[in-house]
Amino acid sequence: MSCSLIVHQAGQGMTIQDQGRLGYLEYGLSRGGAADHLAIAEGAALLGQDRCKATLEMAGLGGEFEATEDMRIALTGAPMRASIDGGRIVWNASHALPKGARLSIGGAVAGVYGYLHVGGGLETTVKLGARSAHLAAGLGSPVFADDILPVGSDQSIGQIGMGLEPSQRFDGGLLRIVPSLQTEFFTPEQIHHFETTEFRRDTRGNRMGVRLQTKGAGFQSEAGLSVVSEVIVPGDVQITGDGAPFVLLSECQTTGGYPRIGTVLPADLPRVAQACAGAVLQFKFVSLEDAVEIESRERTKRQNLRQTIQPLIRDPRKIPNLLSYQLISGVTAGDDIEKAS
Amino acid sequence: MPLSLEWPRLCTLGVDGFLVQFGDRLSEQANRAALTFRAALENQNWDGIEETSTSLVSTYLRFDPQWQTHADLRVMLKGLLAQQDWFTGDLPTGRRLWRVPTVYGTTLAPQLDEAARVAGMTVDEAIASVSQSRVRVQTIGFAPGQPYLGALPPAWNIPRQTALTDKVPEGALAVAIQQLVLFSVTTPTGWRHIGQTAFRLFRPETEQPFVLRPGDEVIFVSTSPETLAQMTRDADGGATSEVIT
Repeated sequence: MSCSLIVHQAGQGMTIQDQGRLGYLEYGLSRGGAADHLAIAEGAALLGQDRCKATLEMAGLGGEFEATEDMRIALTGAPMRASIDGGRIVWNASHALPKGARLSIGGAVAGVYGYLHVGGGLETTVKLGARSAHLAAGLGSPVFADDILPVGSDQSIGQIGMGLEPSQRFDGGLLRIVPSLQTEFFTPEQIHHFETTEFRRDTRGNRMGVRLQTKGAGFQSEAGLSVVSEVIVPGDVQITGDGAPFVLLSECQTTGGYPRIGTVLPADLPRVAQACAGAVLQFKFVSLEDAVEIESRERTKRQNLRQTIQPLIRDPRKIPNLLSYQLISGVTAGDDIEKAS
Repeated sequence: MPLSLEWPRLCTLGVDGFLVQFGDRLSEQANRAALTFRAALENQNWDGIEETSTSLVSTYLRFDPQWQTHADLRVMLKGLLAQQDWFTGDLPTGRRLWRVPTVYGTTLAPQLDEAARVAGMTVDEAIASVSQSRVRVQTIGFAPGQPYLGALPPAWNIPRQTALTDKVPEGALAVAIQQLVLFSVTTPTGWRHIGQTAFRLFRPETEQPFVLRPGDEVIFVSTSPETLAQMTRDADGGATSEVIT
């Protein structure tokens, strides 16, 4: 029996995302994929399935959904208000979505990108080895109201009511950055200024990258104004013509001409993608050796996420703050999202 | 060219990449070196290498630092670089020569007259010059499958326009700075639109989604609007290819 998720309402910028496409740089196509890769790993851990499954990425606003058969869902990334048939459900958790029930997801309470995962994954058409929409390249399209999204067969039906404690990444913070090929175009004074500046995330930003604002002088590189276009990778911090840094994300272009002061570590990119307009971000240079070590630890952590998930209902005698937990599967005191943020 | 003292230059790009730069401005030798070195790198089949590509003047490689340390890979890259003069080596084999029917000027490509004037040629001279040039795909970028081609004769070292053209259609051939771009999408551009083809460069629904590869060579053969109109039903737009041996 084929199972689908009916989209009754969809917020703007909602797309299907997975881990993106590798191997097409040669042809001018960047990897793309989820803006917050950690949220993909968290959803896979909650549902006990592979990380390559496609999910729904919601850019600041959710929607209304209905399942054509009983299915499992998990919610990760930017916490949003969510309910099933009017009963509040917790974020960062897996739930049953019974056939015909209405799943409502509202606006993000913190962060930008929320994710709706389904057991079995979304099984839309594979293009160039992935299901991700890459709108900048003309691959796929946004999800709209009245779309019916096919769902794959779920191998672990029944496993629900699990939660996890997400890594905090929804309120800006410190970004670790490594020197890159054009860092030397900037003077030591400019580098120092860059590391000691509190930037705010601009309102201009999307899956290709986010612009940062700074009070006072911008960052300029005389040497960098006439460089030949070079390879770009996600995380690169371009200094654009007006001196404002622009941090590139998963759907960035493959080459670019603006000088780059360094590259944000992949482990810290979810923090960039999830920073709301106005959130404060700062940079700190780390050595390449330290960066490799940090990335290695992050990889292990993501691989072991499944061991960190916990049943949402636990032994009441071991829970000091009992009332802050949900006591009936899927239903909560109603203020957990506020607490999580 | 006494390039050997400064180039090639090896540097890291991000946490998991190296860039081998063969120059800091576009030149025929640097582009040739980047293509040739990339082909040699692919042939090594080193463990832990995940992807390679070329830009105008550089070869990029992405690897898994848990398989291969930066220090080891740097030594391996230096060893490979020392094996030959990459600026004068033979280009990789398996490349193709494309002949792409192109309408120069007319209402389909309205900036031919202007581009010819800036380059100091008559319109007929401009058509002859571009349509008889055998140009190479120097890199693919900006949009999926979209080539930058060169080098044209030096007279074509003309600047981009100061103002952007609002929109050129897919298949538009545009010129600036001794290079051609063949657009794979409808887009605004600062390059002057001198020719129009019916060649689809990005076909995501097919087994071969990207038609051109870096290193391929192209001749934009002059044709009439009537002939091109008959070719628009074909995704290749009348283009033919042969393998360069």
